[in-house]
Amino acid sequence: MTSTEVTPAARASRSRGRGDGFRLLGIRLQPAWFFIAPSVLIILVFIVYPITQSLWYSLFNWQIGATNQEWVGVGNYVKLFHDELFWNALRVTATFAVVSVASQLVVGYLLATALAEDTWINRVTRSIFFFPTIVALTTIGLVWRFLLDPDIGLVGGILHTIGAEPIDFLQNTSLALPSVIFVSVWKNLGFTMVLLLAGLKAVPAYLYEAARIDGANARQLTWHVTIPTIRPTILFTTLILTINSLQVFDLVYVMTGGGPLFSTDTLVTQLFREGFQNFHIGYASAIAWVLFALIMIIAAFQLRLFRYNDVD
Amino acid sequence: MSTDLRAIGRVRPPRGGSIRRGLGKTTVWMIISIGIVIALVPFVWMVSGSFRSEADLFGNPASLFPTSWTLHGYTAIWQQLPFLRLLLNTLIFAGGTTVLLLLFDSMCAYALARLKFRGSKLLFWLVIATLMVPIQVTLIPVFIELFHFGWLDTYQGLIIPRATSAFGIFLLRQSFISIPRELDEAARIDGAGHLRIYARIILPLSKPALATLAVLHFMTLWNDLLWPLIVTSSPDMRTLPAGLTLFGGQHVTDHAVLLAGATISLLPLALAFFLAQRFFVQGVATTGLK
Repeated sequence: MTSTEVTPAARASRSRGRGDGFRLLGIRLQPAWFFIAPSVLIILVFIVYPITQSLWYSLFNWQIGATNQEWVGVGNYVKLFHDELFWNALRVTATFAVVSVASQLVVGYLLATALAEDTWINRVTRSIFFFPTIVALTTIGLVWRFLLDPDIGLVGGILHTIGAEPIDFLQNTSLALPSVIFVSVWKNLGFTMVLLLAGLKAVPAYLYEAARIDGANARQLTWHVTIPTIRPTILFTTLILTINSLQVFDLVYVMTGGGPLFSTDTLVTQLFREGFQNFHIGYASAIAWVLFALIMIIAAFQLRLFRYNDVD
Repeated sequence: MSTDLRAIGRVRPPRGGSIRRGLGKTTVWMIISIGIVIALVPFVWMVSGSFRSEADLFGNPASLFPTSWTLHGYTAIWQQLPFLRLLLNTLIFAGGTTVLLLLFDSMCAYALARLKFRGSKLLFWLVIATLMVPIQVTLIPVFIELFHFGWLDTYQGLIIPRATSAFGIFLLRQSFISIPRELDEAARIDGAGHLRIYARIILPLSKPALATLAVLHFMTLWNDLLWPLIVTSSPDMRTLPAGLTLFGGQHVTDHAVLLAGATISLLPLALAFFLAQRFFVQGVATTGLK
């Protein structure tokens, strides 16, 4: 049968048979549309559109439900630039991110190498260190808030027993942030360890053999074989940990609420306070965009930094 | 990443790695033991504290265990908090969202992996791009949307916006692509349509990926504070993390009650962790979500 013999009717029926879609109001519905509809709708309504809205709001002195919104242009960003609390939150967030990510990487790496071998005791130990990862930050924050309480806490109790004065860690402006950082490291250590273990596993044994034949000692093996080989894993881990710690909220909210005297106030606790307690929608949106930009810049910078080293 | 993790147990370290040779096995294990104690003591203290009276907590702060046991925390929690309601809300929120998310994500992933349609490339890149967006950026506009929909303080407001995840679509698409197409074609010859191929062939063959995704999202949602804190406002609509945090800050000063609440809210996850640790480790490690 050649194409010239096909009647229009036959062609129509064949095309209808070919796609398994069906018609509605003259439009042929593709089956794919049915499959993607729920996700696409949710992504468009609750992610894509809100992103544009967020940028839009940040240019207004936005009031929920008001018919006329006051346009302020980059006013919110200028105000942010002159806001001492914003710089404070930025400093706190940066300190939190740098100290907690660095400690997690170092301690996590040491743990991963120490527990890498697959013996039953290592498996159990790994599970113990990993367990806090699955526990809610609110639970962990609550328990540690009590543990560090000078009246009922175990830490204060032990200090008292050895004759020291109990310290109110979370009410002290210079100890509150280190305490929150400690708890965050305590929680995420097992997570970091698991990520790094996956990288360690991928280091081929012949690299170690070759280096050892060349007379490399243990320290040289670590610095010249292990770490260069697992660099992609370290990059991935650093990136994830950094992005997560720039968004820190739950732990601070539960343990200190940003206090005392804003000494633990992070970008997201400030955003939450401005947006959902003071209802400064435009201002809070500006904070959100600064956070977004910060995450993008740091991610790009870290990716670049690690790739540069790759070329050497 | 996920295939690497499955093999974590088989890790062979460099023999005589720098730490081990430098410090000696005993020293390493002494340090690790201290680490284990620091990792476990807070949980032991949490559970034991939930059985202690206020007088005992204030009188013996240095003790890890109760001097006298009381069930006060577990009996008073139902009166001092709308605890049953919190538990139920968390279950509806975490369970409902996870079920819908698995359904929607797998449908979308099926279309991306198996169907040819206009805009499929665009959709794939849209999914990848949304992976990068931190939730804080969309939080305020979504809050205002929900306000206009009249969805604030409702289950649909809690669930629907979270019922798809770019990461889930991505993960499932990768998993679906690895299923041989011959299976689809055989089913197609037997007269099966897309719906049947999706439900009867693709989904059953992707159980590990679906389980990982389910565990990961259920855990994340069960533990989430910021989202429920913003969407809900009445005490009857709060979830456990939001409820315990707010009541812990305001109304309830009874430590045993709050510790009992924390213990109960941890129980389901802890149980699941002991039964299916592999899925937790895989899920957490593949995404970096917590």
